[in-house]
Amino acid sequence: MPHVSEVKNIVEVRGIGFSYGNDPVLSDITFDIHEGDYLGVIGPNGSGKTTLLKIMLGLVKPSAGKVLLFGRDISEFRDWTRIGYVPQKVTNFDVNFPATVHEVVLMGLYARRGLFKGVTKKDHQISMRALDQVGMREFHNRLIGDLSGGQQQRVFIARALAGQPEIIFLDEPTTGIDEHAQAEFYTLLKKLNEKLGLTLVLVSHDIAMVAKEVMHIACIDRTLVCHTSPQEFLKASKPDNIFGQDVRVITHHHHRH
Amino acid sequence: MLSSIFHYGFIVRGLEAGIVVALIAPLIGIFLVLRRYSLIADTLAHVSLAGIAIGLLARVDPVITAIATTVLASLGIEKLRGTKRIYGESALALFLSGSLALAIVLLSLAKGLNANLFSYLFGSIVTVTDSDVRIIVGLAFVVAIALAAFFKELVFVAFDEDAAKVSGIQTGLVNSVLIILSALTVSLSIPIVGVLLISALIVIPVVTALQLRQSFMTTIIVAEAVSVLSVVAGIFVSFAFNLSTGGTIVLLMLAVFAVVLAGRTLAVSLTRHK
Repeated sequence: MPHVSEVKNIVEVRGIGFSYGNDPVLSDITFDIHEGDYLGVIGPNGSGKTTLLKIMLGLVKPSAGKVLLFGRDISEFRDWTRIGYVPQKVTNFDVNFPATVHEVVLMGLYARRGLFKGVTKKDHQISMRALDQVGMREFHNRLIGDLSGGQQQRVFIARALAGQPEIIFLDEPTTGIDEHAQAEFYTLLKKLNEKLGLTLVLVSHDIAMVAKEVMHIACIDRTLVCHTSPQEFLKASKPDNIFGQDVRVITHHHHRH
Repeated sequence: MLSSIFHYGFIVRGLEAGIVVALIAPLIGIFLVLRRYSLIADTLAHVSLAGIAIGLLARVDPVITAIATTVLASLGIEKLRGTKRIYGESALALFLSGSLALAIVLLSLAKGLNANLFSYLFGSIVTVTDSDVRIIVGLAFVVAIALAAFFKELVFVAFDEDAAKVSGIQTGLVNSVLIILSALTVSLSIPIVGVLLISALIVIPVVTALQLRQSFMTTIIVAEAVSVLSVVAGIFVSFAFNLSTGGTIVLLMLAVFAVVLAGRTLAVSLTRHK
């Protein structure tokens, strides 16, 4: 494993705090995400991990601290094509929206093209290649709302890939997806990380599953409880000890393909 | 009869203006419907009535005062929604009832001019003037160019605003553009369908096309077809039977919607019983 200080940092989180009114949600969170990393941001529901993600993406302004993306303060960062985002499907998506899989993937290229410019033949090729990468080419003419949850999630990954980002943030990507599709999904993520060298940030409450997949773990419970390797995380303690007594860790029994 | 119909200048003007309005309305409508903003069209229409009242009182072309008032109000609505001190729908309700109240008070000041009011409320191609046609075509041109510029961005923001923002799209700008274009579209539709029926023109063809569950592009084409056919047929039918043009157009649109909905329901139940 490369020494962390030798590797370029893509995201630097520095003393982040956030509160809703007088109610603190996050405080004093500091960590780095380096190039090629596969980081699982885990924590129970209400731990503030989704808020942390939104702060890292510039969707929410922190009350304290700062975030650097590719070495630039997020308020001055303009190079958004280097960032991919797969939002939490259940909250952000209208199944009746009239768009085909291909049209959804093309959206990943829209910001690159600028005003007045339509999509080009090359854009079509790029988006079909992205669909190939997630194994969804044959579905390109189907309506996004007609697919299963696992297939939709693959399409959203393809949309992120089409923009050719260097890092992809995924927010609870396996919510509402059956176990078999989840296993395939994690295999796909591993491939993207290992073969393409994509940096991945996976936000999830599924602690046991994520611990098996990722390279590093950041445990969030209103603050940074731990930042370590999954091996250390699993060895050091039962997750109960990290997050307190009321958190139960779900274990999974299924075959990997 | 159909050949003689074109001897009437107002029919030609009505058709010109009507087709332009029919082409523009669904292009704005699809974004409003998909973003659950349908009520904005109705609110802006009521705001435009206040604008018309100002025009009648000041003896300025009411279409021009309607445009100015509606665009200003649209920015106000967007601002009020942005503050998050007030629910989005409540902001709409404030503007809808407030502008209607203003319109009524202004119109009561302008006694004797109320004869014209009926045509603004319900639309009348008989009263469409050459200057109205010029204004409608000019505005439609502006809306079409702005739509061409922001089309991709509007699609992405309608689908997923957060993801669009992270991808680098300036969602605040796109939202402002959408509401200003809505205001312009409402204003340019007034002479044809009238203030009270504008939202039907913007919403019904899109809702009809959405029943067919097609791609985004196909949905727009179907909505355009429903819109243009209903407007043209509505103008001829209302002329032939001496009916209200706006009302006839909207009833025809609803008829198409009912047929499509029935066909779709039938198709779904047939595939289930297979």
